[in-house]
Amino acid sequence: MSSRFSYRKYIGVTLVALALLALPFALSAAGTAWVRIANLAILFVFLSLGLNIVVGFAGLLDLGYVAFYGVGAYVYALLASPHFGLHLPFWVILPIGASVAAIFGVLLGTPTLKLRGDYLAIVTLGFGEIVRIFLNNLSQPINITNGPQGIAQIDPIRVGGISFGQTDLFFGLSVSGPMKHYYLLLLLLLLVIVVNLRLQNSRIGRAWEAIREDEVAARAIGIDTTRVKLLAFAMGATFGGVAGGMFSSIQGFISPESFVLTESVMILAMVVLGGMGNIWGVIVGALLLSFVPELLRYTVVPLQLALFDKMLVEPEVIRMLLFGMALVLMMRFRPAGLWPLGARQREFSIDKAAK
Amino acid sequence: MSSVLLEAHAVGKRFGGVRALHEVSLTIGQGEIYGLIGPNGAGKTTLFNVLTGLYGADSGRFSFCGEPLNISAPHLVARAGIARTFQNIRLFANMTALENVMVGRHVRTHADVIGAVLRGAGTRAEEQAIERRAVELLHYVGIADRANHLARQLPYGDQRRLEIARALATDPKLLALDEPDAGMNATETAALRALIAGLRADGLTVLLIEHDVKLVMGLCDRVAVLDYGEKIAEDVPEKVQRDPKVIEAYLGA
Repeated sequence: MSSRFSYRKYIGVTLVALALLALPFALSAAGTAWVRIANLAILFVFLSLGLNIVVGFAGLLDLGYVAFYGVGAYVYALLASPHFGLHLPFWVILPIGASVAAIFGVLLGTPTLKLRGDYLAIVTLGFGEIVRIFLNNLSQPINITNGPQGIAQIDPIRVGGISFGQTDLFFGLSVSGPMKHYYLLLLLLLLVIVVNLRLQNSRIGRAWEAIREDEVAARAIGIDTTRVKLLAFAMGATFGGVAGGMFSSIQGFISPESFVLTESVMILAMVVLGGMGNIWGVIVGALLLSFVPELLRYTVVPLQLALFDKMLVEPEVIRMLLFGMALVLMMRFRPAGLWPLGARQREFSIDKAAK
Repeated sequence: MSSVLLEAHAVGKRFGGVRALHEVSLTIGQGEIYGLIGPNGAGKTTLFNVLTGLYGADSGRFSFCGEPLNISAPHLVARAGIARTFQNIRLFANMTALENVMVGRHVRTHADVIGAVLRGAGTRAEEQAIERRAVELLHYVGIADRANHLARQLPYGDQRRLEIARALATDPKLLALDEPDAGMNATETAALRALIAGLRADGLTVLLIEHDVKLVMGLCDRVAVLDYGEKIAEDVPEKVQRDPKVIEAYLGA
């Protein structure tokens, strides 16, 4: 490749980075709510990338992924709220939450090793429900999760002397709490993407894809599928746990209601829409499904009021209508997702490597 | 036959009431091409699947390189040094030819999740070695120009070659081929013959399952014949070909 190509690439990356850095200021001009929406969108990118390891790379259909999100969120909430009177700093809790989620990942993976397809989907769906029901009911005999009331007053993140719960002035710029969260999430997102890209192009990543493609052949050439599958569940769960911890600290309040089946389905839809197995496709899918419903919420009502002087159709109804249509159109025209895996070609020069 | 590489003793396997294998014993010597033939349904592939750990055996003992062979899981058999191909080709269809072979290196490499994420000097060196070896093997089987094609886009003959390259990537001592010429035309079969002969010349031991007796003649050093799950003959191809029991098994009484 010519140096001009990489020069262009370099400029492109710089422009994207600058745009991402400036984004919260632009969004907060439209209202702080939009910064919060952006933050949630990034969380959903985390979740989709985590689920993509299990579903996209290893080909294991998981309908209970939200359980790991919930576990991460509750670990954070219990260790940094007045509920138990514990107030650990976030950089201590996040790894704990990730590890606990990973253990849950192995717990889910172990009994499902021999299952595939529909059967695996049913068991994972059940697992997700079990975790949610536990969260709902573990308020007695010992009050651990505080039941359906959830856990409130979760500590905001503190780094150094900066609290993420309030607005501060930096270099004359007023930076609100959500904007700080945005930058932290952006940093974590960069890390998550790098980790995912490296995993995909590694010995383990290839083993995952091999299992997805043909499990019998994978075993026959020496892949210990038990170990490799559990690794996929554990890695996927880890990302879910990190996302859950961030969700807890950003919201300040969590309850079992946030970790229901429809969330699992939504995350799976993001992965499938973008293109299973392709990291960039999955990111696009997650961003689309995060932003489009919000855009609808902010446009459908004013539009109807302007046209008919009253609201005829609820935004929620239109959202489901569009989702249904999108589903049908996708299955008809792009069953492998908007940005499928097949387009990928390894960078490789055979002459150089052959000598 | 110089030294013994693989020994199977009194292997038995039942599927419900069907006796797929009964008291089958065979010995494969270092560096030979050993043919396993028999009519359809004779139990050839079953023996293969038992040997490579895909099915559990009901009875029988295996030893490989003078040590007991644990056939309880396929990956253990592969690690011990037995690689196989499948009668109905089983490639990783949506991975490139190169990646298929790179996956084959899994069992001889070590990088784990931590290594992959940190991508230190050790992991990078291992990745390069994996890729280099995979390219070598694609050259060896003659499909290096297809390295970046998805496996499912390859022509049939090249898919067979790719599957062999992937098996070779596990550094096997014994390569087990299940009807490698199935569905091939005469030209492709001749090229395959040359490839298998070349493997032996390079020091590999080959176990070859065949339905078609012609291919094993002139290629195999020794041939065993299975019929209804039992071994009915074992000898050099010329003698097996004239064995009345073998003729009867193939042509019927």
